[in-house]
Amino acid sequence: MGHRTYASIPFFDGMQHIELLSQYLVAGITYGTIYAVVAIGFNIIYNATGIINFAQGEFVMLGGMTAVMLHTLLPLPLAILGAVIITMTVGALIEIVFIRWLTSPAVLRLTIITIGIAILIREIALALWGTGVKALPYFTGTAVTVISIGDVHISPQVLWVISISAVMVVILHFFFTYTLLGRQMRACASNRDAARLCGISAKNMVTLSFVLSAGIGALAGCVVSPITYVQYDSGTSLAIKGFTVAILGGLGNSMAAIAAGLILGILESFSIWVMPTAYKDVIAISILLLILFVRPSGIFGNVEASRLKEF
Amino acid sequence: MARNKYLRIAIFTACVIAIQIITSFAGKTPYLTQLTMAGYYSLVIIGLTLLMGYTGQISLGHAGFFAIGGYLSAFLTTYNLIPYKDKLVVTWLAKTGALVMRQDLYGRDILAVQPWAACILAVLVTIAIAYVIGRPVLKLKGHYLAMATLGFGTIVYKIVLGTGLLGAADGLSDIPGFRLIPGLEVSGKAALRIQNYYIAWGLVILGVTLLTNLIHSRVGRALRSIHGAEDAANAMGVNTSQYKQNIFILSAVFAAVGGVFLTHFNGGIGPSEASIMKSVRYVAIIAIGGMANLWGALSMGTVLNFLSLRGYFGSYDDAVFGFILVVIMLLAPEGLLRTDLFRDIRKRFQHKPSQEEQSP
Amino acid sequence: MSILEIRDISKRFGGLQALDNVSFTVQQGSIKALIGPNGAGKTTLFNLVSGVLEPDSGAINFNGSPIQGLKPYQVAACGIARTFQLIRLFPRMSALENIMIGRHVHSRAGFVAGMLNLPWTCREEKEIRGKSLEIMRFLGIEGMAESEANSLAYGQQRIVELGRALACEPKLLLLDEPVAGLNMRETSEMAKLIVKIRTAGITVLLVEHDMTLVMNISDEIVVLSYGQKIAEDKPLGIQKNPEVIKVYLGEEDA
Repeated sequence: MGHRTYASIPFFDGMQHIELLSQYLVAGITYGTIYAVVAIGFNIIYNATGIINFAQGEFVMLGGMTAVMLHTLLPLPLAILGAVIITMTVGALIEIVFIRWLTSPAVLRLTIITIGIAILIREIALALWGTGVKALPYFTGTAVTVISIGDVHISPQVLWVISISAVMVVILHFFFTYTLLGRQMRACASNRDAARLCGISAKNMVTLSFVLSAGIGALAGCVVSPITYVQYDSGTSLAIKGFTVAILGGLGNSMAAIAAGLILGILESFSIWVMPTAYKDVIAISILLLILFVRPSGIFGNVEASRLKEF
Repeated sequence: MARNKYLRIAIFTACVIAIQIITSFAGKTPYLTQLTMAGYYSLVIIGLTLLMGYTGQISLGHAGFFAIGGYLSAFLTTYNLIPYKDKLVVTWLAKTGALVMRQDLYGRDILAVQPWAACILAVLVTIAIAYVIGRPVLKLKGHYLAMATLGFGTIVYKIVLGTGLLGAADGLSDIPGFRLIPGLEVSGKAALRIQNYYIAWGLVILGVTLLTNLIHSRVGRALRSIHGAEDAANAMGVNTSQYKQNIFILSAVFAAVGGVFLTHFNGGIGPSEASIMKSVRYVAIIAIGGMANLWGALSMGTVLNFLSLRGYFGSYDDAVFGFILVVIMLLAPEGLLRTDLFRDIRKRFQHKPSQEEQSP
Repeated sequence: MSILEIRDISKRFGGLQALDNVSFTVQQGSIKALIGPNGAGKTTLFNLVSGVLEPDSGAINFNGSPIQGLKPYQVAACGIARTFQLIRLFPRMSALENIMIGRHVHSRAGFVAGMLNLPWTCREEKEIRGKSLEIMRFLGIEGMAESEANSLAYGQQRIVELGRALACEPKLLLLDEPVAGLNMRETSEMAKLIVKIRTAGITVLLVEHDMTLVMNISDEIVVLSYGQKIAEDKPLGIQKNPEVIKVYLGEEDA
């Protein structure tokens, strides 16, 4: 994520105590929403395949960077659409080239492969775009536009982040619950052989899971880039934090991921009060280690189920 | 059997000597610097090979231990204690001979910890951290274990990157040489280049000898049994969690010692030594070397690290190791993951299966 | 003298009561068989004795001392060794090395000694190797010492697993379906080996489905059904026991 401090954002000057508090809260919610979206991406692929796709963070980075690149040629909405489509294609390609053709793949091995893929994507991004930070323009207004709700002043971009993420979650929920394709994916996730016997193509479901995860990651990257900027290595810390959120909520449980994401975002945001900004990332990782050591099934997870799913 | 295992070490020693003589003859003495550095990285690698190859525990955070060793010895040998000269702790330490008064790069007097004491302290701290981390981490399996070690490595990285006392992004420099015994000093001085080459590779040979002995001993057999069938090993009286923890600590110590010595050789250390990329590099080298293959990892590691240090990979340094990791894991991941995938891959290439892929 | 005492052992898995207040004893130097239809709780009982699981209630006493709740490696150190229903050899190690692991509880060389290759560890290794070969001779399999465990035939693997358990010098040997998957000749050879083991003074508790084997070599038999003990008697008594007949009615003899 971008390294801008909150102080550099213009409308933070001369704030009251309560307003500062609410700014931290808003920032926490903003970041937390993105973490939740990354976690949902993890969960979709995990539910379909059992593997942890470490390249999830890179999808977010790719979405943002590609959109910025396309924006030089296309109007904003088309640039975003193009970026999402391109990233989804990358997701599909990753699955087809690296994962699809392996027979009896061991889950850990695939997870390590995704780490390697994440590194390669990062290096390609470095080669293409260099080390500079990039951002899309604010969707509505500019960097100084402010919407005031009482004493709380927030950028309209924050509302974009929250609303687009909410819409994504709702659409995903409808997709998985009410559409035939979504239900087929869920069937595959819970019992692959039985699903195959019903004629569902497991292979395609896996590809679809990658495409979906890539898509939501890319969209999240686009909508949050004006606030946080993206650069070639934004993906790594996002992946770790997204994974933390996914585990916190219980691996595979996307509704819990939303709550967990908000919790982490807010905790991180308020941590600046008690420790130097440089250690902010340590919060997320410490939570990750704590959860893994104490309750790997997550806060909302089912202990028995997680033991079965463990490998 | 006994003769065989020492034969390889003897041949290796001969190679080490031969390489030094050849490079000196060819006038390429500067190469020795990179080779020395590659040697210290090899210390990390052989320790990690034992952990990953023989007990099947993956660690994506071992660069963290390297950094703990390096940073601790760097900090202790450069932090000026003169302002605290009158404190009880400092005077007591001075009495035990753990401190030394010397001149730094700018000719100022500083009072800092003596390198030997710093080294011992760094190793002890590493053992303590590995003990504390190891217990809960090794109870995890599969990708939870991978993530936990990744998390550990990242924490170490973020801490050294963000702490002013440890030099933040610039790291620590102006580290004094490490006088092992009168006449033998670990430092970057050009005149001592050959000596340092032998110190580094001598350490590696010592490490390899110790580990080879261990592998062929009762403990080594127990380790292989844990890797083969952990529950059966337990039933036969092998305290599997204790063994896994001990190996974890041993591999951490190897990494830390590598860190300590490299820091004194380089005269400095930076946060990149703790980065995840470094950890991934170690894992990639072990993967390509053959997982449980000490010599494979050692040779591959030396070659790849040497090329990397000399800049042959240019700005694609990280990409190369990422690529190696992906390719090896795709095609030949044998040993780490307890399934005979190599045979499966060959089978896969021999006849295309008409049905869908098996569930994971 | 009873070497193993199972007292009111119960174990529940979620909704399933795997064992319900089961009690019996095993006399030292005897062969006791644990039989019952599938799902009766026999392997669960083994796992409780060998420390893989902890009972919900009840006690397991070995030579008078309680062992319930001990970890498997501690149970092995007490003098109890086991084989597994599905063979759990160490696949990439040789048959001899597999058996040498059994000597683990009777040897000492640790990390430091191993790394430094001290002279007393060399002597200990020779001892371990010697004793393991002796066991292979006792079982008649010394010919396959250097073969990789994976490459052995199923029947041979079973015997190697037996050898590995024997290497622990156990006072009590738990055999989990030792002749499962063996043909008639192999089964009778295994039966001879088990009797030979008893003659050597080791107590044997075995789980088996092969009724001929069980009736031939057991001194006593315990019958479990749906987690409860329904009979405990000498073989002849068991054969005549109406409860046992009822439980097995319609089931084929193995």
